[in-house]
Amino acid sequence: MSDRSLDISLTVNGERVQERVDPRRTLVDFLREDLSLTGSHVGCEHGVCGACTVRVNGDIVRGCLMLAVQCDGAVVETIEGLSDSGEVADLQAAFEQRNALQCGYCTPGMLATAQDLLKRAKTVPSREEIREHISGNYCRCTGYHAIVDAVEAVAQARAGVRK
Amino acid sequence: MKPAPFAYKKARTLEEAVALLGEKDARLLAGGQSLIATLNMRLSSPSLLIDINGIGGLDGISVKGGMVEIGALARHVQAERSDVVAKNAPLIARAMPHIGHPAIRNRGTLGGSIAFADPAAELPACLLALDGEVEATGPKGKRTIKAQDFFNGLFETALGPQEVLTAIRVPAAAKDTRVGFAELARRHGDYAIVGLAASGRGDGKGLADVRLAFFGVGNTPLRVKKAEAALTAGNIDAAVNALELEPHDDVQATAKVKKHLAGVLLRRVAKQLLEARA
Repeated sequence: MSDRSLDISLTVNGERVQERVDPRRTLVDFLREDLSLTGSHVGCEHGVCGACTVRVNGDIVRGCLMLAVQCDGAVVETIEGLSDSGEVADLQAAFEQRNALQCGYCTPGMLATAQDLLKRAKTVPSREEIREHISGNYCRCTGYHAIVDAVEAVAQARAGVRK
Repeated sequence: MKPAPFAYKKARTLEEAVALLGEKDARLLAGGQSLIATLNMRLSSPSLLIDINGIGGLDGISVKGGMVEIGALARHVQAERSDVVAKNAPLIARAMPHIGHPAIRNRGTLGGSIAFADPAAELPACLLALDGEVEATGPKGKRTIKAQDFFNGLFETALGPQEVLTAIRVPAAAKDTRVGFAELARRHGDYAIVGLAASGRGDGKGLADVRLAFFGVGNTPLRVKKAEAALTAGNIDAAVNALELEPHDDVQATAKVKKHLAGVLLRRVAKQLLEARA
């Protein structure tokens, strides 16, 4: 660590965290390497694949396109937090049930992005809207169809629609 | 890859940011959605990053004196959800969903996109099509630069080394304002293979003051004045034939394909201009 390092203080999954970080440390590397929260994945490292998607102050962001030093004072939520709180439990169950994952590499980012759509949606989103919202998350296994099925099923279930 | 080492300072005021830009190899960090990618790829390695996200008062969206003013730090998501933008800058509203993906739009800023001047990006073309302008703040104060004088070359703008882009302004839409927007990308939200932003005035019979700005086909967004004249005269076929674009082959498509697609987009956008009501 260099003499350029800075102290940051933030909340990660509900816990206060204080660390000293090098300015060049990206948020996702900070989460994985310094906090051992390895649920957020590192794929392309230039904002294309979406595997590192996490929530900062309630909004989804690319963990590879934010620096840890920028998160001083922020509230960060990773897939570990979303999973432990039960917020995405129905999505996780639907992904499993509908084979919406194979290798699982994209799944944490996919879940965070899907949850972002569902928590904002005032009505059940169309399949087209679901596809558009997850357009920034690559999956190389499923062909997306099963993922859209899973997200759509949860959207309908949450809205009380019976199928 | 990981970024090369750099120092990081958070500017609290615009004056502080301008002063820090005087340091060697300093770069401004706004939304970071292009800059941090280039740092990770080591395409750029500044010695100092000046984080301007903490400067207050630079993210407003308002209508002043017939112009829509958007602060440089307004994030894409703000513009996407803004009623002011939807009503008064419909071209920008229409372009917004094509810019990156939700997670990118939550961080990326309109000022950053214009200042970065990516030739395949949507907003520089919108600014040019709308005859908009940029407000820059430097050591000598503020100045205004017209869009047509702003984009000088590949990732090159008229901004001086110590200037900060602080706002963009476009004329507020009038009753007869017509806009059109279309782009082709391999994946929704990716940079365009070819794109077109357009504005004009329509009275239900014909078009006037047509401005067409293509992106992804040159080093800067490009106006095509012969095609604009043909479209104003009401001849879509002539407009397509009058396109004088000389794109280069790139990783996405050959020059020949791009030229063909530019004509396809022009037909789609012409239809929008003739039909749409602002």
